[in-house]
Amino acid sequence: MHNFRYKAATSVSDAVVEVNQSAEGQFVAGGTNVLDLMKYFVAKPEVLVDVNPLNSLPVVSEYKEGVRLSAFATNADTAYHPIIEKRYPLLSKAILAGASAQIRNMATNGGNLLQRTRCYYFYDVNTPCNKREPGTGCSAIRGYNRMMAIMGTSEHCIAVFPSDMCVALAALGAVVNTDGMQGKREIPFADFHRLPGDHPEKDNNLLAGELITGIDLPAEGFAEHYAYLKLRDRNSYAFALVSVAVVFRLDGDLISEARIALGGIAHKPWRVLDAELYLQGKSATVDHFAAAAEIILQGAKTFEFNSFKPELARRAIIRCCKMALSPDTQLPGAQPSA
Amino acid sequence: MMDQQLISTSFTINRKEYKVSVAPWSSLLDVMRETLDLTGTKKGCDHGQCGACTVLINGKRVLSCLTLAVMKEGAEITTIEGIAEDGKLHPLQQAFIDHDAFQCGYCTPGQICSAIGMLQEGKAQSRAEVKELMSGNLCRCGANTNIIDAIMEIKEGAAHA
Ligand SMILES: Cc1cc2nc3c(=O)[nH]c(=O)nc-3n(C[C@H](O)[C@H](O)[C@H](O)COP(=O)(O)OP(=O)(O)OC[C@H]3O[C@@H](n4cnc5c(N)ncnc54)[C@H](O)[C@@H]3O)c2cc1C
Ligand code: SF4
Ligand code: FES
Ligand code: FES
Repeated sequence: MHNFRYKAATSVSDAVVEVNQSAEGQFVAGGTNVLDLMKYFVAKPEVLVDVNPLNSLPVVSEYKEGVRLSAFATNADTAYHPIIEKRYPLLSKAILAGASAQIRNMATNGGNLLQRTRCYYFYDVNTPCNKREPGTGCSAIRGYNRMMAIMGTSEHCIAVFPSDMCVALAALGAVVNTDGMQGKREIPFADFHRLPGDHPEKDNNLLAGELITGIDLPAEGFAEHYAYLKLRDRNSYAFALVSVAVVFRLDGDLISEARIALGGIAHKPWRVLDAELYLQGKSATVDHFAAAAEIILQGAKTFEFNSFKPELARRAIIRCCKMALSPDTQLPGAQPSA
Repeated sequence: MMDQQLISTSFTINRKEYKVSVAPWSSLLDVMRETLDLTGTKKGCDHGQCGACTVLINGKRVLSCLTLAVMKEGAEITTIEGIAEDGKLHPLQQAFIDHDAFQCGYCTPGQICSAIGMLQEGKAQSRAEVKELMSGNLCRCGANTNIIDAIMEIKEGAAHA
C-alpha cells in the first residue's frame, strides 16, 4: 500500500469535512473493498477517514411504516436482525449469498452500495481501463469478458456491479439517505447507481465526499413470496454470473404485484418495470414467467465470452419466480431449489 | 517510512495487552506476524479471498489481512495461539487431529478460528449450512470433508451437552 494519513471521524459533519479537505480523501468502513483496491494501487487516497466511530445508531430501527438500516452496521448484523429476517427475508437471503461469513462480519451496508466492479482489468493497473483511468480505453470489450454485462453497456465500459445486497434493495424499492457539504438527501434506489455511458468512472450519483448515513425500506417487505437465486462458478464465496431477486404479492392464483431485479448482468441492479406490469393480474405460471423473462432480456448484447448469459438469465428468472412461490424450500447459499 | 505518521494503538491479543506504534497502512495481520511475533495466523492471499488470516475480534470472526491495525484501538483479539487453555487443546484443535482435518496445515489456524466464530454465531444447523458458513476458508489440500467432519463432531457434542 502507498503512504496515506488516517483519521477517525468524530461526527458525521467531521467525517464530511475531513474527507473533503483533500481531493483524494476517502471513507473507510469495513475496509473489505477499499483496502483491497489500495493493495493493488487502484485506490490511492491521500487520507482515509474511518467512519466506524459513527456506528452508534441501531442496526435497524422502525421508520415511517418501514424500517431504517444504519449505513454503518455490518452486513451480518443486518441479515440476521430479527426484523429483517421476519419482514424483509429477501434482503436477508441476498446479503447471506454474498462474500463469506468473515467478510459479512466486516462489510457495512454503506460500503456494500459503494463496492466497485470486480472487472479483472479494473484491478490490473497495467491494462487500460476507462473506469480506473478515463480515456485509456476498455480492455474488457475485446478481452476476456465472461463476467461482463449484457444490458446497459456502453462502448466505454461493460463492467458489472457485483453486489448481492443491492439486488434485493432494488427489488424492495429502498431509499438511500446521505449527508454532505450540500446537506442531506434521500435518493431512490433506482437513481442511486448509474449506467456507464460516457462516464464509467462514476459508479453512482453520490456527490464528492458525500456520506451514506442510512437506507430506508418501505413498509411492504414481501415476506410471503420471495426468492434470491445466485448462479456462480462455485456454490459459495464467488461473485454472481447471474443473480435474481423475485417478490410477489398474490391474490389467490393471481399475481397482484411482482418485482424482479437482476444482478451480474449490468452496471447496476437491473429492473424492467414493463415485465413487472406484464405479470400483474396474471396467473403464476411458468409460461407467464417465461414471457416476463423475454421482456427483461430484450436488447441483451453479448460479447465474445459471455454469450451464455442471456439464456442463463432467462432460466434463472423462471426458476427464481417458481422458488418465490414457495420460499420455505430455499436452500442455504441462494442455490437453485426445485 | 515517515516516523511522524506512526500512530500509537493499544489492543489485547489472547488476553495480553499490547501497545504498538503502527503506520496507518499496516494490516493487523502484518503487525501480528512481523512485529509481535505471533505467526500462528497465516497469510494466504492478502486480499480477503482465502480465510487463512481469520482471527476473532471482539468475538467475531474477521479477516486480519483486510483490517488496518490503527482501526482496532481497544479491540480484543483472539488468534490460534490463544485458544488452548492450561496446556489443553481447544476441543476443535483436538477434533481436527482426530479427523485428520489437514494436510499441509496452512489453512488450519484460519479454519479453527472461523469454526469457533461460526459455532458462537449459532446460525448453522445442518451439515449443508455448516459448509455454507465455512465457505470463507479455502483448503488447497482438499481436506474439506474432514474439516467439516471435525466441526460437526464439536457442534453435535455441544448440542448434546
Ligand atoms: C473475496 C471477496 C468476495 C466477495 N464476494 C462478494 C459477493 O459475492 N457479493 C457481494 O455482494 N459482495 C462481495 N464482496 C464485496 C463486499 O460485499 C464489499 O467489499 C463490502 O460490502 C464493502 O463494504 P465495506 O464496509 O467493507 O466497505 P469499504 O471497503 O470500507 O468501503 C468501500 C467504499 O465505500 C465507501 N464508503 C464506505 N462506507 C461509506 C459511507 N457510509 N458513506 C459513503 N461512502 C462509504 C468507501 O470510501 C469506499 O470507497 C466480496 C469481497 C471480497 C473481498
Ligand atoms: S469493462 Fe469497465 S472496468 Fe472493465 S476494463 Fe472496461 S472500462 Fe474498465
Ligand atoms: S490472507 Fe486474508 S483472506 Fe487470504
Ligand atoms: S491443509 Fe493444506 S491448505 Fe488446508
